[in-house]
Amino acid sequence: MKANRLGAWIAIAIGAIYFVVPLIGTLEFSLRMRRGEYSLDAYRSVFADIQFRETFGYSMLMAVATIIFGMLLVVPTAYWVRLRLPQVRPIIEFITLLPLVIPAIVIVFGYLRLYNSSSWIPFTASREATNALLMFAYMTLSLPYMYRAVDTAMRAIDVATLTEAAESLGAKWPTILFRCIFPNVMSGVLSGAFITFAIVMGEFTMAALLNRPAFGPYLQLVGANKAYEPSALAVIAFSITWISMGLIQLVSRFNRAATAKV
Amino acid sequence: MSQPPVAPISGPTISAPPGIAAKRRVSRINRRNVVDWLGIAPFMLFALMFLIVPTVYLVAGAFLTPTGEFTLQNIADLFQPSILGAYWISIKVSVASSLGGALIGFFLAWAIVLGGVPPWIRSGLLTFSGVASNFAGVPLAFAFLATLGRTGLVTVFLREWFGFNLYATGFNLLSFLGLTITYMFFQIPLMVLILTPALDGLKKEWREAAQILGASNWQYWRKVALPILWPSLLGTTLLLFANAFGAIATAYALTGSSLNIVPIVLYAQIRGDVLHNPNLGYALALGMIVITGLSNVLYIWLRMRAERWQK
Repeated sequence: MKANRLGAWIAIAIGAIYFVVPLIGTLEFSLRMRRGEYSLDAYRSVFADIQFRETFGYSMLMAVATIIFGMLLVVPTAYWVRLRLPQVRPIIEFITLLPLVIPAIVIVFGYLRLYNSSSWIPFTASREATNALLMFAYMTLSLPYMYRAVDTAMRAIDVATLTEAAESLGAKWPTILFRCIFPNVMSGVLSGAFITFAIVMGEFTMAALLNRPAFGPYLQLVGANKAYEPSALAVIAFSITWISMGLIQLVSRFNRAATAKV
Repeated sequence: MSQPPVAPISGPTISAPPGIAAKRRVSRINRRNVVDWLGIAPFMLFALMFLIVPTVYLVAGAFLTPTGEFTLQNIADLFQPSILGAYWISIKVSVASSLGGALIGFFLAWAIVLGGVPPWIRSGLLTFSGVASNFAGVPLAFAFLATLGRTGLVTVFLREWFGFNLYATGFNLLSFLGLTITYMFFQIPLMVLILTPALDGLKKEWREAAQILGASNWQYWRKVALPILWPSLLGTTLLLFANAFGAIATAYALTGSSLNIVPIVLYAQIRGDVLHNPNLGYALALGMIVITGLSNVLYIWLRMRAERWQK
């Protein structure tokens, strides 16, 4: 058993070195801009860049739109499938897993061919429509995570009973959906939202191929042209992912505590 | 924050007289059926428009000539040396990073489940894995450039403290090995996340039973634990493989177009038809779907086998 524990510590140590060194390396590199001393110049340069602010804002807006429309699509569907169509659940689940099977670059390739400006539905003909297409693309990418999060939260509540109770109190379906179901699956909605946020903020392929000024392509552009700013951006991006995942943990823990109290 | 759950109400259900009810039921069932299916119509429409039809369109295009006739020429053209080479390097990077990720991930998961380390390490590693498995794309490439690039932290450290020139050994971050090491940063955490529950599922009784029957530690792993775990192990490795195979952003930011893996060739093809045949581009995409699809189908099948033991 002693050897066992030693082996475990060795494994943890190797893992820790592999994971921590690149993070330290990035942080250190991002501080190296001024010769001979550490400084925050790279960060100053990043934040002063108007393109940074524009692309960051654009991706943020995209993420929020993706979350809102994604949830409006996913929550009613998951609810309806649990309530009325349990027999199609395997099919729906299979569809929601498809974006993990089909690489993102293939999906967006299909969009470009199918929705080009001379097609029936010319999504790429105008800027607004391309933005909408990119949002739908992000919804597709985040579908596996959103659906799983919401469906897991829905498993914990008795959808049928809640619906009957609301109906017998005279509620119409918008009331049922938005005042009864949504609040009860809030933990799932929120964790789905945070992971979607992290995905959209860093996504490169789809935004680049649809030619939209998102944060991912901007990162790539900076990486190809500058020395120290990329590391500063990597630190910022890592913090975004870290905050999103931390919030998921917080939400699920909060929710567990709330359930335990009831 | 959330409203208190409404208490279930049970009461007598109101029923119509039997004769009328029977007649009404037929039409009501039909109408209800239609309404039921209408409920998932928005989702189905979305899936068709943004997932299924675009993919089918590409798959169909792979079997067509530019003028729209059926052909197998595009598939045959995939077997030219440059494209085969791209598939080969993609497969090599994906296999190496998934095997490496699986191996290290397995030992980490083993350490936190069975290694007797303090609980805070377990929760810390799992939280970190949740973050790191989502930390891919362009920033990951930056992180490794800052670490193992020509002026990266580790490279400089080795040179100045040990007089060891990493790049003189032929190592290059912008190569097969460099890409593999970089990919493992999101592969290992994914393995840890999926494998920890599987290791948690190993019952203590199995180990005790084996020990009572006189099995050594090695025999326990060889004859009991690994046969139970192998579907999860192999299945997750396949998932990691597909994960690496479809990834592009990290490789593109790291190597530009100096390392021709399939997604980068496809990216160049979409941007500017470098293969001079749009339908060959479709075939390239089809090849990617087939490879990631196969590994995912195998993964699902193996996971179903693995779950037999986790009741």
